Amino acid sequence: MHGVEPIAGAPAALPPQARFTGVTPARLAVHVYGWLLLLPAAVLLITFTHYPAIATLVDSFYSTPRGRRAAVFVGLDNYQAMLADPVFWRALQNNIIYAASVIPLTVVLALAMAVLINGNIKGRALLRLSFFTPTVLPMIAVANVWLFFYSPGYGLFDQLFGLFGTTTHNWLGDRHTALACLIAVAVWKDAGFFMIFYLAALQQISPQLAEAAAIEGASRWYVFRRITFPLLMPTTLFVLVNAIINSFRLVDHIVVMTEGGPDNTTALLLFYIYEVGFKFWDTAYAATLTVVLLVLLAFLALGQFLLFDRKIHYQ
Amino acid sequence: MRDATMKWLAALIGAVMMVLTPAAATSAAANDIELSFYYPIAVGGPIPKIIDGYVADFEKENPGIKIKAIYAGTYQDTLTKALTAFKSGEPPDIAILLSTDMFTLIDEDAIAPFDDLLKTDADKAWAKSFFPAFMENSQTGGKTWGIPFQRSTIVMFWNKDAFKEAGLDPDKAPDTWDELVADGGKLTKRDASGNVSQWGVEIPSTGFPYWLFQGLTTANNVRLMNEAGTATYFDKPGVVEALQYWVDLSRKYQIQPQGTIEWGTTPKDFFERKTAIMWTSTGNLTNVRNNAKFPFGVAMLPAHQGRGSPTGGGNFYLFKKMTDAERAAAFKFVIWMTSPERAADWGIATGYVAVRPDAWDTPTMKKYVADFPAAAVARDQLKYAVAELSTHDNQRVTKVLNDGLQAALTGTKTPQQAMQDAQQEATRLLKPYQ
Amino acid sequence: MSAMQKIRGADIALEAAAAWLLALIWILPLAYAVWAAIHPSEYSAHFAPDAPLTVANFVKAWNAAPFARYFLNTFILVTMILVVQLVLCTLAAYAFARFSFAGRDIAFILVLLQLMIMPDVLIVENYRTMTALGLVDTIPAIGLPYMASAFGIFLLRQTFKTVPHELDEAARIEGAGPLQVLLKVYVPLAKPVYIAYGLVSVSYHWNNFLWPLIVTNSVGTRPLTVGLQIFASSDQGIDWSVITAATLITSAPLLVAFLLFQRQFVQSFMHAGIR
Repeated sequence: MHGVEPIAGAPAALPPQARFTGVTPARLAVHVYGWLLLLPAAVLLITFTHYPAIATLVDSFYSTPRGRRAAVFVGLDNYQAMLADPVFWRALQNNIIYAASVIPLTVVLALAMAVLINGNIKGRALLRLSFFTPTVLPMIAVANVWLFFYSPGYGLFDQLFGLFGTTTHNWLGDRHTALACLIAVAVWKDAGFFMIFYLAALQQISPQLAEAAAIEGASRWYVFRRITFPLLMPTTLFVLVNAIINSFRLVDHIVVMTEGGPDNTTALLLFYIYEVGFKFWDTAYAATLTVVLLVLLAFLALGQFLLFDRKIHYQ
Repeated sequence: MRDATMKWLAALIGAVMMVLTPAAATSAAANDIELSFYYPIAVGGPIPKIIDGYVADFEKENPGIKIKAIYAGTYQDTLTKALTAFKSGEPPDIAILLSTDMFTLIDEDAIAPFDDLLKTDADKAWAKSFFPAFMENSQTGGKTWGIPFQRSTIVMFWNKDAFKEAGLDPDKAPDTWDELVADGGKLTKRDASGNVSQWGVEIPSTGFPYWLFQGLTTANNVRLMNEAGTATYFDKPGVVEALQYWVDLSRKYQIQPQGTIEWGTTPKDFFERKTAIMWTSTGNLTNVRNNAKFPFGVAMLPAHQGRGSPTGGGNFYLFKKMTDAERAAAFKFVIWMTSPERAADWGIATGYVAVRPDAWDTPTMKKYVADFPAAAVARDQLKYAVAELSTHDNQRVTKVLNDGLQAALTGTKTPQQAMQDAQQEATRLLKPYQ
Repeated sequence: MSAMQKIRGADIALEAAAAWLLALIWILPLAYAVWAAIHPSEYSAHFAPDAPLTVANFVKAWNAAPFARYFLNTFILVTMILVVQLVLCTLAAYAFARFSFAGRDIAFILVLLQLMIMPDVLIVENYRTMTALGLVDTIPAIGLPYMASAFGIFLLRQTFKTVPHELDEAARIEGAGPLQVLLKVYVPLAKPVYIAYGLVSVSYHWNNFLWPLIVTNSVGTRPLTVGLQIFASSDQGIDWSVITAATLITSAPLLVAFLLFQRQFVQSFMHAGIR
């Protein structure tokens, strides 16, 4: 998220020492002011982000308090139970497959949509509206509509495909297709949102670049690959960060459409955490699972940062 | 500009304060007893209106007691809400929760048994006046933890027109497993390319497949757990046989769709004639009556080695942490709500099985059954009804069984393997309770 | 036309066709929702062109759940969150951008941590905290974990950093204290960013589901998403006509707002210079 455009006509920045320097009381004032300004946000962040993250880790080493039995220290027992839990492995596997499918599909589609709309095409406003609408609808609401689409027999898809003579299919009840169905819903939901960011970025790119390249005889694909796409790297990074977060955060459609089934083939990590923590009330095990999720997210954050930091171009 | 902003801000703060301060919904006098009553349904629709009506009638007859009905969604949601409220220091007083939640509530130390409230002989007689089948999930360790209120069994609905079309007697439903297969075969309409436009039967397998499964195991004369809720019998041969039959309906006899069948859309499938026979809760009776545009019948589940169905539905529970006066008031409410007249009224309005024999002898109920005999099928099936699957750590143990059932139905595991794995896992989960 | 032009022409036509096909697929769920909601339930699975129109589903849906209350709750929730976010993030971003105080860089990294460790993932612990604070089943409880937004702080910090120091100095010379400089110089210049951020925040929190589900118990606090889900999950089976009507009711405000302010939506993202 670097590269926010400087205000037009701004002179070069002053050296650091020129900022709020002076006699000692003023220097103290800087520190005090700084921390005071930060304080409200800091309090909330510590209470609802940093503290819970640490508390989750601590809780994962204790047992779940139940009614009359208080929590006792159990060391790595929860982790051992987790490693032996086939549902955990299933959820982890599902989430990885899910993320690995949703993220590239969404990003590619978002880019494609943005390029299509950015070009000379009739009815752009309508196209843009159509692509972006899923974003403003709550996932909970649209999941019910998709549930109808996937219903065997009289559902929309079976009716449509029936026109071409295929047999009815139990889309959400078949372990081979259930996860793919949810992936489709997630891609549909997010592609339009990311498209807007790409659109904004595309409109920043000077058309003269493309024209110059065309004059030199470069094909449109070449222009895209060598000029446009690299310039879109910062946007791609931003979009990727969001897409990764969403693929672990958004489980609303599972709650509505499959509840993790059939036989856990659509269980994602956060959904399993919700089940364990708020249906089974096994808070210690839920904490253990959360630790895994946090580690996974941290790992992905680090990976992205290292991978993309090198590749970003700035104008 | 600033004035407008300030005014808007003030209005916003006012609105916020209004929302944040607890609303005094009813004008309760200072020494009224106020009880919170968690009920498992979404707000709105006909049923909350009925409950609100009952509450209002009770309050009229019992001045000094105020009941606040809280509608919390499905049974699952309501259990979650009741337990979260309990854990966060604002415990509910009365709740209607699944009869199978009994062990979970006991383990969370959330509920108190009714026994110390049954002081007079009349009270004791009252506690014995419910159908025994319903009491099976309500008692353990010699104590009564729940009182039946809205209970059900599984019943089988059949489309009489579809039967006629298939050359079957429209007034006779299949009564044995073999008959179900035979009839199903005739009812399944398949075209040349293998596309099925109407299935013979649908037994739903999402949400709580274990319940529907009990409709098969009971017919095979096997039980799934012990009375204390500390052991399960998932891998007994009779259980595996029942699962094999269920799987065969899709795979061998091909009269049921493959894969898992969604609970929520099964009634719609029935209305759309996508299936000629469906298994579902008797609680759906009114729904089917209103929406099926064809003559239909209701029957007991087909028999095999035996006959029967699991019971289902919700009981009254009284939570701990009430004062004696509150407990007495809550007990009054429970007795009032389960009186014969009210039980009959409730059964007629909703399709649940009226929970006590004497409710069926009231004039209103007798007339209703005369008009609509299908309503009595579930009651007649009670003779053969068994307890619903309920154990300690119930949510987890039932999930284990559900997963196994779905694995077998989707072909991932053989019934034998699925039940063995489920039994292994369930035994592990129940070890701390033995 | 030359051959080259003809090929370009076909190319463009193909692209247009692809774009329109994709758009059609994309709008299908909303189109279906509208179809099912305005026709009686017998037609929810049959697309007969001569099906009668009805508003009965909307009436039924509106009466079936206290949507008015849910609307109020949601409105209060998103407004509360946005206002607090704007204030807190502005202050924090100002601190990071213009004050080199001790521990600033470490603090900034700790803030950025929230980009990956979002409150959505910490539901179990945050629920415990809310219980301890006695805030379960209140509207602030839904919003508190989100009010200090790392994304907001980051965005505003970037923006504030680009404000020229001269403006800052000029205001200070006229005797303005740091807060006044913030209000008079920085905030107005960051208006596009505020708008963009506001739009994202409102639509995110309007549509948020899992955390509100866990932390609310009653009608007085439930937002629209939770209300809709409770309403739709019936043990008795799904009636698509009523559910789609309810869906449209709950999505309408955002949808209408987007329809009316499409251009502003897109413009604000562009002006904010997010690349």
